[in-house]
Amino acid sequence: MEKKIRILVAKPGLDGHDRGAKVVAQALRDAGMEVIYTGLHQTIDQITHTAIQEGVDVIGLSIMSGAHLPICEKLMKEMKRKKIDDILVVIGGVIPKRDIPPLQEIGIQGIFPGGTSFDKSIQWIKEHVKQRV
Amino acid sequence: MGVARYIKNEKDEVQDVVLQSGIHVKPLYTQKDLEEIGFKPAQDLALPGEYPFTRGIHPLGYRSREWTTRQYTGFGTPKETNERFKLMISHGQTGLNVAFDLPTQMGLDSDDPLAEGEVGRVGMAVDSLRDFEVAFQGIPLDRIGAGLTINAVASIMLAMFQATAEKYGFRKDRVSATPQNDILKEMIGRGAWIFPAKPAVRLIGDTIEYSMKELPRTNPVSVCGYHIRESGCSPVQEIAYAFQIANTYIEEVLRRGHPIDDFVRGFTFNLNVFGNLWEQVAKFRAARKLWAKNLKERYGAKDNRSLLLRGLFGGGGYGMTKAQPENNIIRGAYYALAAALGGAQTTALCSFDEAYTIPTPRAALLSLRTFQILMEEIGLRDTVDPLAGSYFIETLTKEMEEKIIEEMKRVDEMGGMIKAVETGYVQKEVARQAYEFEKGVQMGELIKVGVNKYTEGEEMEVELHEYRLESAEEQVQRLREVKRERDNRKVSELLKDLERAARAEKNVMPYLLECCKAYATVGEMTKVFKEVYGEFKEPSIF
Repeated sequence: MEKKIRILVAKPGLDGHDRGAKVVAQALRDAGMEVIYTGLHQTIDQITHTAIQEGVDVIGLSIMSGAHLPICEKLMKEMKRKKIDDILVVIGGVIPKRDIPPLQEIGIQGIFPGGTSFDKSIQWIKEHVKQRV
Repeated sequence: MGVARYIKNEKDEVQDVVLQSGIHVKPLYTQKDLEEIGFKPAQDLALPGEYPFTRGIHPLGYRSREWTTRQYTGFGTPKETNERFKLMISHGQTGLNVAFDLPTQMGLDSDDPLAEGEVGRVGMAVDSLRDFEVAFQGIPLDRIGAGLTINAVASIMLAMFQATAEKYGFRKDRVSATPQNDILKEMIGRGAWIFPAKPAVRLIGDTIEYSMKELPRTNPVSVCGYHIRESGCSPVQEIAYAFQIANTYIEEVLRRGHPIDDFVRGFTFNLNVFGNLWEQVAKFRAARKLWAKNLKERYGAKDNRSLLLRGLFGGGGYGMTKAQPENNIIRGAYYALAAALGGAQTTALCSFDEAYTIPTPRAALLSLRTFQILMEEIGLRDTVDPLAGSYFIETLTKEMEEKIIEEMKRVDEMGGMIKAVETGYVQKEVARQAYEFEKGVQMGELIKVGVNKYTEGEEMEVELHEYRLESAEEQVQRLREVKRERDNRKVSELLKDLERAARAEKNVMPYLLECCKAYATVGEMTKVFKEVYGEFKEPSIF
């Protein structure tokens, strides 16, 4: 029996705009994934801690404030330190095209700026996730 | 996305139109519709400036006075923001609306580890009075009102604004600030909350009570339906929730023994404009009428000035698209039209680059030009409430009114807005609807031009506002300077006074004023509040 994909939908930093995160969380749930939503104002430490506690396969970040590059750099560093860098990281929000290569460079491949369809992101996650035992 | 749902047959004939509020629009409206809905011109309409104010709060509308334009503005350091303020004013903007960065909104100083990467990004960084002095340098505060888009720490910012005005020699009874100061909508749809609901509402009560005497031209709250609509609620819910939020703040001040007519006229509203044009216009007219009735019947207000819904109708962020951004210029024009037909006192528009970045000067100026063309060329100053008497608009206004009353009742049954927010009821509803709308757009059932229809064409390159890391560094430097140069012992004592006042549930405003004048920082004052009030725990809605 196929195990459900567990995904943590996280709102890192100070940005309080959570419409997108909540909408995507519902879509992921309807697509058969187990979704844990962190709520607002999460630090990198809190996100990585929750990811470990909940045994997730994917961390999904939602960032609308434009602070995605510094936040993601910090996250990837911390994930390496906590030895969970095999968890798939995806990001959505307000992400200019020119920031996609730098994000990919720090190890984030799943980049879904505003306007990405549910189908596209869900499909991508299913194809790229490495389910953790 | 605010648009109506169009049910069409194979011949592309529109069989039904369902507005976001759930109202069905008929192909034709006649006198019969007015009769069927029980429309009575004397009670439902009256004249502009007369109860129930459906047609407007002023008998002459824009004939006597243009609306105030205030584009949301702020980024980087106070100096950069001051320059943009002056640019906008030189181009004809008549008011200010200050955007603060996230650390400031969250009560954190620019050198706080949690502020890293965010200083000056989505708004201006403010750590102390020094920053406000720079931001408002050379601005005639007795002629230009300042909206302050600040909520959790609105009390601090209002005190800081007063200190600034006084430093520049303006009388506190001559300056006009409008701190947004609406924490309940933060908890529903904007997320810049800090303290739990009850103490946060008490702080709002403090600012209202204080303003009554000390800052009579200040509008101490701008109750926002805007962000709740941005989060996914319908236009009907936008008004119902905004009114119930306003009622919560009213009751906090009444609890202190102040008569309603002494303070409620300082309330303003911030309402959204995107989506179906008719629905927005009818919404504003119904809202004016219901606000007047709410004050009269629920709270026994007697002074006519207490009954006026004064509003900033603008936005509307959620209507703007990332695809084909030039389309947003057009949308902005129509949204401005909705605001004008709706009788807004103040307005602001999201710029065409809304989905990309904070506005560049070019984008911000285009928004101003949109308003100026509408008012100076197209005829929106000509006459008051031009759509009055329309079979369609009057029927729709009454239908909106009925639905808003229904929704307000639902909140009453739940025990009021604080309960509704603490239990997560509103947030859940809003999130669910947001999901339904998004599905509707992705499935092509709700049309957004350029997004799911007419998607061909070349993509426009959007110039991005550049975030300067140097701004953050400069800001931290200035903060350190301020801390070095001020009387630190005095600050420490004043912060202790503030804490004592907060614990004793005294009005904190005079204490905040003293703290600000001594250059206490936003972070220091917020820390006091955090220790006294604790922090809000978001209800889990999943």
